[in-house]
Amino acid sequence: MQIMDILIVLGGSVAFAILAPIIGCLLAGIDRVISARMQGRVGPPLLQPYYDVRKLFAKEKVTVNSVQDVYVICALIFAILAGGIFFTGGNLLMCVFVITLSSLFFIIAAYSSRSPYAEVGAARETIQVMSYEPMVLIFAVAFYMATTFISPEGIPGSFNVSEIFSLDMPVIGPMVLVFLGLLFILTIKLRKSPFDLSMSHHAHQEIVRGMTTEMSGSTLALVEITHWCENVLFLGWIAIFFVWSNPVSIALAIVVALLVYFLEIFIDNNFARVKWQFMFKSAWIVALVCGGVNLAVLAFL
Amino acid sequence: MGYSSKSPWVIHYDGSSCNGCDIEVLATLCPGFDGERFGVINTGNPKHADIFLVTGSVNEQNIDVVKEIYEQMVEPKVVVACGICACSGGIFHDCYNVIGGVDKAIPVDVYAPGCAVRPEALIDAIVKGIAVLDQKAAELKAAK
Repeated sequence: MQIMDILIVLGGSVAFAILAPIIGCLLAGIDRVISARMQGRVGPPLLQPYYDVRKLFAKEKVTVNSVQDVYVICALIFAILAGGIFFTGGNLLMCVFVITLSSLFFIIAAYSSRSPYAEVGAARETIQVMSYEPMVLIFAVAFYMATTFISPEGIPGSFNVSEIFSLDMPVIGPMVLVFLGLLFILTIKLRKSPFDLSMSHHAHQEIVRGMTTEMSGSTLALVEITHWCENVLFLGWIAIFFVWSNPVSIALAIVVALLVYFLEIFIDNNFARVKWQFMFKSAWIVALVCGGVNLAVLAFL
Repeated sequence: MGYSSKSPWVIHYDGSSCNGCDIEVLATLCPGFDGERFGVINTGNPKHADIFLVTGSVNEQNIDVVKEIYEQMVEPKVVVACGICACSGGIFHDCYNVIGGVDKAIPVDVYAPGCAVRPEALIDAIVKGIAVLDQKAAELKAAK
């Protein structure tokens, strides 16, 4: 049974490794076209992110040290594994830990270059992780409590994502505050302005390119692919709030995830970057208020 | 067409320009001309850039900076001299501290003269630069 579970997760990871970059690339392309339209421009072709990555792979290999590539590849592998765990209906808490491990590898990759700009970027990324992590953990715990709450009497809840298919109603009902809190920190996780402190897709040059300053060619391409995989996973987190035993709910969940992505693009285009102090305080306040109140309500119901 | 030509990322450096050409370079990248239609992105990082746009002439103060940025760029890379000062030194060519055009410091692939250089001329120069970029990418691939 145990071995079977591991094989399912590994198989899911392989499928995720193929599908997530394709979906993530299209999402990134849609992002750039919509952003351009919001700024009164025509914008690039839909497949522009793919062209960028193809070009980066064709460039000469230049790396500042021999370990940076290894860390970046580890970040990609763990991002794919987290996606595999999540989309095969595995343990949500495990998924959260594995994707955090992926972020940590990326931070180490940036620190390993010893470049001042990359180090500032890595320090900021560490603060970003510290800002969003409480809310993400509360999300996993609240998921467990919400499934307990909705399940028939006597059946315990579960951290397993597959649990939602046996529920009579979506978990958004008892988790609505957690959903709002997760929306807030999603802006940090998707690296969108106003919280794109460590590295940005836009032409901010205050710390050159932050974490990716010393990464070029294929290393930068892998960073981009990791980001696509992460985006798909995080939109999956949003989607599970709206899935229950009814198969039609999956379509609803996809529509909601796309709407949330549009909202993030809208926020990205309308807010200037904030200082890290504001990001840290607001993210923790949101986690404590939204997450704390929601957990308390679930605990006493 | 190769992949390099579909996403030319540019970096812009102001040598000793009077800022006339700089304003035109930035105007070229602004929404009015929308360089992103062709995948052009303005990066501040030489390690990410494919096309190096230099404005202004080279002098004793900035020759090392120009060389450093060029050295940090990853092959295949293309240099575009933007404006007459970057091409030959322009009206400053016989100043005591001016060495001359950008080609005195690094190899230049495309010259875009003008005072100041018009965005239309710049777009034309970047398109010519893209062709050179493709050629260099093909050579790099053949050398592998």
